[in-house]
Amino acid sequence: MESIKDKVAIVGMGCSKFGERWDCSVWDLVVEAAYEAFEDAGVGPKDMQAAWSGTLGFAGGQSLSYPLKLDNIPITRVENLCGTGLETIRGATYALIAKAYDLVLCVGFEKTKDRGVGGLGSGEPMGGVHPVFGIQGTPPGRYALAATKYLSVYGAEKKHLAMISVKSHYNGARNPKAHLRREVTLEQVLGAPIIAWPLGLFDCCGVTDGAAAAILCRAEDAPKFRNDYITVKALGNASGPGCGKMMTNYDFVHWEETYRATQQVYQQAGIKDPRKEIDLVECHDCFSIAELMCYEAMGFCERGTAKNDIEAGTFALDGEVAFNAGGGLKSFGHPVGASGVREVYEIYKQIQGKAEEPSRQLKNVELGIAHNQGGHPGTFMCSMGIFGVPGR
Amino acid sequence: MAGIVSYGAYIPVYRLDRALIWQTWGGMPVSGEKAVANFDEDTVTMAVEAGNNCLHGIDREDVDGLFLASTTTPYKEKQCASLVAEALDLKRSTMTADFTNSLRAGTIAIRAALDAIAAGTARKVLVVAADCRLGHPSTEYEQGFGDGSAAILLGNSNIIVSVDGSHTHYDDILDFWRLDSDTFVRSWEDRFIINHSYMENIQEAVNDIMEKHGLTPSDFSRAVLYAHDGRRHLQLARRLNFDATTQLQDNMFSTIGNTGAAYTLMMLVAALEETKAGEKILVANYGDGADAFILTVTEEIAKLGDRRGIKYHLPSKLPLPNYDKYLRYRGLIQGFAFFENQSSATISWRDRRWNINCRGGKCLVCGNINFPPQRICMYCQSKDQFEEVRLADRKAKLFTYSKDFLGPSLDSPIILCILDFEEGGRFYAQLTDRDPDNIEDGMPVELTFRWMHSERGIRNYYWKCRPLRVA
Repeated sequence: MESIKDKVAIVGMGCSKFGERWDCSVWDLVVEAAYEAFEDAGVGPKDMQAAWSGTLGFAGGQSLSYPLKLDNIPITRVENLCGTGLETIRGATYALIAKAYDLVLCVGFEKTKDRGVGGLGSGEPMGGVHPVFGIQGTPPGRYALAATKYLSVYGAEKKHLAMISVKSHYNGARNPKAHLRREVTLEQVLGAPIIAWPLGLFDCCGVTDGAAAAILCRAEDAPKFRNDYITVKALGNASGPGCGKMMTNYDFVHWEETYRATQQVYQQAGIKDPRKEIDLVECHDCFSIAELMCYEAMGFCERGTAKNDIEAGTFALDGEVAFNAGGGLKSFGHPVGASGVREVYEIYKQIQGKAEEPSRQLKNVELGIAHNQGGHPGTFMCSMGIFGVPGR
Repeated sequence: MAGIVSYGAYIPVYRLDRALIWQTWGGMPVSGEKAVANFDEDTVTMAVEAGNNCLHGIDREDVDGLFLASTTTPYKEKQCASLVAEALDLKRSTMTADFTNSLRAGTIAIRAALDAIAAGTARKVLVVAADCRLGHPSTEYEQGFGDGSAAILLGNSNIIVSVDGSHTHYDDILDFWRLDSDTFVRSWEDRFIINHSYMENIQEAVNDIMEKHGLTPSDFSRAVLYAHDGRRHLQLARRLNFDATTQLQDNMFSTIGNTGAAYTLMMLVAALEETKAGEKILVANYGDGADAFILTVTEEIAKLGDRRGIKYHLPSKLPLPNYDKYLRYRGLIQGFAFFENQSSATISWRDRRWNINCRGGKCLVCGNINFPPQRICMYCQSKDQFEEVRLADRKAKLFTYSKDFLGPSLDSPIILCILDFEEGGRFYAQLTDRDPDNIEDGMPVELTFRWMHSERGIRNYYWKCRPLRVA
């Protein structure tokens, strides 16, 4: 296996305003994100030689060619649950390294607010909806299975989960494109209505419309577009066999798939001590417990010890390693197909020093992790990437 | 000789204080409380409970017939006995039939079972009676009707109770009736029902059977008589010259209510729980005529051992706090529940061995239980090396849980559970019959057959778990 490190660059990115975009169709969101990326890279849709469309909700390559009027170029529609956005970048990266194309487009997007009801639904794929087995609980109910267990096994408290949400809202409140731009207090989080015990309203991410786009080329071509491009350092994907909720050997207190994908990307990028080497992590915090267990799965702290780092503020904007500086899924929002690309957008902007609000601009960002996991505790797919300044 | 081989019963955990109904409607107050099926229970699920309790410790291979007796089978076209047989894990060659449309369905089924056994076409036949009738709101029947089930296993060996005589007759009379399109039971004036249907029919049956066998009321240690309600039950006993305190089997009207086609058989189960060898029991059931049986308890009853029946279920209960919740549980007011295309006749048919029979796969290579069944073992990745094992009766403990207030449910929150069986294997299920404030990691749970949701006219049945029933 050859290393993919620094072979592919991102030379333009865009991100729509995230939120309940009642007035926008899914195509409006795609256009908003893609055209920001075109302008950012100084290119146009006609320069795209191929594209990857990341969405759970819309079938076919037409989901990009139609809104952007792309003219018969190869388009791959990607669906990989919550990892969908990052999977578009993985597909594009490999195609560029293979030199099948020179300049390509990735767009992740979702329209979640046209269902008529709140929430994300059961997330079961078409044709795979089991009449009794798969529909027994909602996403918060499923993650809460892990939260209940984690709190009882490691003696963490609901307060520790709440502190993660307070941090994410603090970050998101400073991010103009975020969905939920309001700071919340610990008391508010702890006093909020329960969605799925022990997870309250503020332990759960927003259900959001949005799109994010990236334009990629091989690293050697990147200076033609800009000097402050970033490169792909590593890409990982671990799809678990999907048996944790059925197998007695899954403990519900760690994210195995995230741990395994982490091993892949650290090996590819040569990361030995993430706490020292990584500057920013945009992780999949669909629920507060998801982020907490990511601290441990990604090796930023030992299993069962996350509460100490939460109390110490290790992962705050001004902490040792900023987690979800953009607000995370929690506050920025989670349009499923868009989230992975949006995370890379945050890393890209932070590295370039373009975080818009000075109060949330991190200093000296060189390496960031983007991470998503989708499914059910014990039954996840995980998609991860490390992105950073060239040569780092 | 054919007779009773085993018995079982089931009473739902929820009870409604009848005063709560009366407080809404006024009218004629009926005292006591009634058993109310949970929102995920119906005639089929209650039949499975009673049937499973009855078959405890009995080789299911020997059961050649399964008769389901009820006036409230959920499907009007499509047999429900086949569903109950599947959930009870009975062999495919089991003769199944629904006995419906009459309060007397349970004893009609028992006669048919005895005939099949006598004719040699079946060795053992399980008769399961269950009902979940709805009295018209504001009437005494709404207060009086309760939900429950009973199962009687009939056979020609290991007989605990011999059937020494029987009587049947029909009577074409409109006392209670219900059209396909009716939700609630219709009835004529109660004085007409009591005199000309209830009393007269049972008297005719009892007088005939005693005359035929040269017996008098004093020859019986117990009389199990269908009860229209508590008061009329005593009147009937007086007319038949049975002593209400020493001979008449308690009607449980003030604790469970009139459980329709299951009622007489539930009383019979309660009687069998108390009897000793040598006792003679009279059973009389009513509905579109009447049936009567003379039973004698044999020495075998001592060998049967404890089973879950009336004694087990009656003291174990949770209160329904108000009439609204009762209306919700019975589907009379519908909450918002969002299910999109989540019924599939094909998937349900393909997966019936685990959805309904509750069979998992035990890996022949590593010995681990795979549920749902797999082609490739989750533990050792061996391919197609499984034997089917039934998990329905295995003991389990809660490994972790959550309280999901977001999911669609008629009784929020959904308690989502991971449970681990003591003998190995993990099960993913909802917890039912529970107090949401009284759940903890590691608590013992057992599986129970329920319906999950209904959509496109399909009732999707599956297994949930519940805390152990305790008094």
